[in-house]
Amino acid sequence: MRLDWSLLAPEYVLAGWAAMLVLVGTFFPRLPKTWLGYLGAAGALAAAGTSLIWLNDDAAFGNLLEVDNYTTFFRLLFHGIAFTVCLVSARYVGERLKNAGEYYGLVLLSALGATYMAAAQELLSAYIALELSSFSLYVLASFARNEIRSNEGGLKYMLLGAFSSAILLYGLSMIYAATKTTQYDGIREALSGDLEGARSAVLLGLVLLVAGLGFKVAAVPFHMWTPDAYEGAPLPVTALISALSKAAGFALFIKLFVRGLMPLADDWQPLLAGLAAATMLLGNLVALQQRNIKRLLAYSSIGQVGYILAGVVALSPDRPDAATAILFHLAGYVISNLAAFACAIVYYNWTGKEDIYDYRGLAERAPFLALAMAASLFSLAGMPLFAGFVTKFVLFQAIAEEGFLWLAGVGVLTSFISLYYYLMVMKQMYLGEPEEPGRFSTPWLEYAAVAALLVGIFLVGLAPLPLMEAAEDAASLVYRELGTALVAGR
Amino acid sequence: MEWAVFATIAVPVGTCLLLMLIPYRHDEQVRYLPVPKLGPLPDRLPLSGRYLVRYLCLLSGTALFALSLAIFVAYQFEDGGYRYDLRLDWLRDVAFLGDRGISFHLAVDGITAPLILLTGIVIFTGVFISWNIDYRNKDYFVLLFLLVSGVYGVFASLDLFWFFFWYEVAVLPMYFLIAIWGASTNFGNFVRTKEYGALKLVLYLVAGSVLIFIGIFATFVEAGLGTFDLPALQAVAYDETFQKIFFPFFMLGFGVLAGLWPFHTWSPDGHVAAPTAVSMLHAGVLMKLGAFGILRVGMALMPEGAHFWAPVMMTLGVTGALYGAVSALAQTDLKYMVGYSSVSHMGYVIMGLASMHEIGINGAVLQMFAHGVMTALMFTNVGALYDQAHVRDMTIFGGLAQRMPRHAAYWAAAGLSSLGLPGLAGFVAELLIFVGVFRAGYPWAGALGILAAAITATYILRMLARAYFGPFNERWNFLKEMRPGEQFGGAVLVFFLAFAGMWPFPFLERIAASVKNLPGISQ
Repeated sequence: MRLDWSLLAPEYVLAGWAAMLVLVGTFFPRLPKTWLGYLGAAGALAAAGTSLIWLNDDAAFGNLLEVDNYTTFFRLLFHGIAFTVCLVSARYVGERLKNAGEYYGLVLLSALGATYMAAAQELLSAYIALELSSFSLYVLASFARNEIRSNEGGLKYMLLGAFSSAILLYGLSMIYAATKTTQYDGIREALSGDLEGARSAVLLGLVLLVAGLGFKVAAVPFHMWTPDAYEGAPLPVTALISALSKAAGFALFIKLFVRGLMPLADDWQPLLAGLAAATMLLGNLVALQQRNIKRLLAYSSIGQVGYILAGVVALSPDRPDAATAILFHLAGYVISNLAAFACAIVYYNWTGKEDIYDYRGLAERAPFLALAMAASLFSLAGMPLFAGFVTKFVLFQAIAEEGFLWLAGVGVLTSFISLYYYLMVMKQMYLGEPEEPGRFSTPWLEYAAVAALLVGIFLVGLAPLPLMEAAEDAASLVYRELGTALVAGR
Repeated sequence: MEWAVFATIAVPVGTCLLLMLIPYRHDEQVRYLPVPKLGPLPDRLPLSGRYLVRYLCLLSGTALFALSLAIFVAYQFEDGGYRYDLRLDWLRDVAFLGDRGISFHLAVDGITAPLILLTGIVIFTGVFISWNIDYRNKDYFVLLFLLVSGVYGVFASLDLFWFFFWYEVAVLPMYFLIAIWGASTNFGNFVRTKEYGALKLVLYLVAGSVLIFIGIFATFVEAGLGTFDLPALQAVAYDETFQKIFFPFFMLGFGVLAGLWPFHTWSPDGHVAAPTAVSMLHAGVLMKLGAFGILRVGMALMPEGAHFWAPVMMTLGVTGALYGAVSALAQTDLKYMVGYSSVSHMGYVIMGLASMHEIGINGAVLQMFAHGVMTALMFTNVGALYDQAHVRDMTIFGGLAQRMPRHAAYWAAAGLSSLGLPGLAGFVAELLIFVGVFRAGYPWAGALGILAAAITATYILRMLARAYFGPFNERWNFLKEMRPGEQFGGAVLVFFLAFAGMWPFPFLERIAASVKNLPGISQ
């Protein structure tokens, strides 16, 4: 077994940078807290730069992790998330939170854990990566120590998270017991063979695994923690959870289900299809009732999880089309969602308010921010010109392509429902009378971040080819070992 | 000419972007630029952000009108095929997309040529009608031109993805246009707010597109070509059962936008709440997108499915025509009357399509054009009156023709075309539709359609008698003739209404040449 330690360089950068941030935060208490945010963003950028070294490389670290374009795709995505979150947190953390060094350190560590979830090719590595990422997020969720809501949300998140980890671990042990290996490829081979009496154990393991992962990505009926954790956590942390934990969860989902559990497809497809339909419907229907922007985005993100879960259902044993579509949609979702949260953070910095009604008249007071918010919400709703239209179109078409037209139909229907609650936010922004006249001051840095995300939304929406090719490149690597001739571009 | 078609989309999009760059303050000062006196035009040009917005829109609207007219005139209709084919690769060779994949594919045929002309006419006149909008006029025109780019995109696109993309682009700005610049209607004991109208309209239309989405997904899978290119998809012979199952998705999905009964209720509420130019565009052009979608996507892809469902479509069309006419008869609010008359006239279009007969479909397409121009004129008139009088109740007016003779003349032209007076565009179109419907073996539908036309005559003539002729009501002494911009816009519309009525052949030649190529229609 060859252990090529250099493959993990981006993670060294992240871990080292995180440690440095904690130390800097401790030993230089006079340093303006916003600087720590910029420093954290620089760390994410450095890690992203380092991970480009392994672009188009294909190597394994023992049998535990592998570094290929799939890993690189998610590395860049996660580093991008960490970068954006650090940047838009700067003012928020500076004004409202203590221990900024630890805050940014944990943001980077959560991205590190997420990376290994995508890189793992073995159950235990995946599990440890998941825990690293989750623990960072638990702490971050309760970071506003003096706020009761933050404590409550964080506690709920941690308890349910720990519970789900236990369920997941139990499921993994069942699968290990039946297949005698923790390697994804080994599991697939064992499952393809004769399972004899172990089949029921495998099925139990599968159900527990889906439940455990369902908790992590917030699929119905395991979503209960989401709204409270989202509402309680500091806003930038909510942004981080909604983008990072979902994307990382699905990175793990795709790889495990394609490489490991594909022989059981007939068993997990109906299970996941039911979950996906329930998630899409419940997430979007409950979102209609929300008055708080964080809770609205929480339920809308549950709905988004439903769409992606529907994509997981459509993962085919021989073509990477659905996986490509999931990766493509994930990237689009992450950009749109971060943009929406970045707008919410800027608004919170101005006013300290987060109810939808509080957004009334925003178009008068900050036209750019209202435009950016409208664009990101339209993108989440799947409207044209924006990223969401083409990514959802491709995702649903890929789902229909594998024979799940009804699931694609549910997806389109619930997207339509989602348009209503997004329009309610826009109604406040564009039709409401502002509480007081006058423009808000312009926070240049945050506006730059929002503008960059906005450009991303339009770029994905109008020129999606590069992203989609990258997604296909990454997704086809998951299928590499399956021994089927892959047709690149029929 | 390829690039002229491309420009019909690029010009409005570019206008949106340019408009956004115009500096604009709420409390800006107007400066004046003296210019040489030319005829009735003023001798000094006001300059400010607001006016720059207007000048740019006028320029762009004129350019679009010229481009549309050029495309219409230049279209060579001999075999009715697609002309000015322009295909730019967009997404290909990834995932399930094959070699052709999704491409930005534009072309014009004899069916789209008149509809493109219609869009040009309506946006050109729409700029004049919207000239006096003062409140956030930059945002207004940005959204208006975004909507127009969507309309042109749908008419010109030959790729199902882009067809649908532009379709949604055309729907989206409506919410803001109606909710911000629209007007609420007070019915005494309850108020229909503009937000209500806007939301109802958008939700209905997007709900319709849910069905279209599903239809597109299913068609793509069934065809198995890895492309959304319409000509390629049209060349596939789909399984008959498949066609029967999925044609209703397109029929009802697009039907919502076409005002298909019983999914039409967004239309009167939405049109009444909308500002004048938006009503013109929406009733005049956007509803045609729905009928056009049924024709271009539904009937062209699934002729056997269309044949199977034609009786249902015919029934819904006739019901819509009658129901709309009877509802219009019951209205005293001028704008609601026009709104229901749109439902009624779109019912004729649906009937023409459902006849699956060459003559009927020719009539349906011509009716799209005729109704577009006519209803734009009607909304212009309603808007011009409402701007001054601030009420739209026809029963409290009387003898307005004495104060506003040109306005009354425009109303008469639009109304007479609506009730099918020979010499105006509506007559030719409705005659062809009824002939087609009778030929196709639906005499009962044809008879009921003619009954609807008779009811149309009743409500139009009654309205004219009540509000415009008869004894003058002194209360309206303060009313003045329409603004020059409105008069000019109205004159353009009347010209096309009369032109298409007296000399319909330039339209019919183009339409008929392409309708002949449709699969599965009888001669």
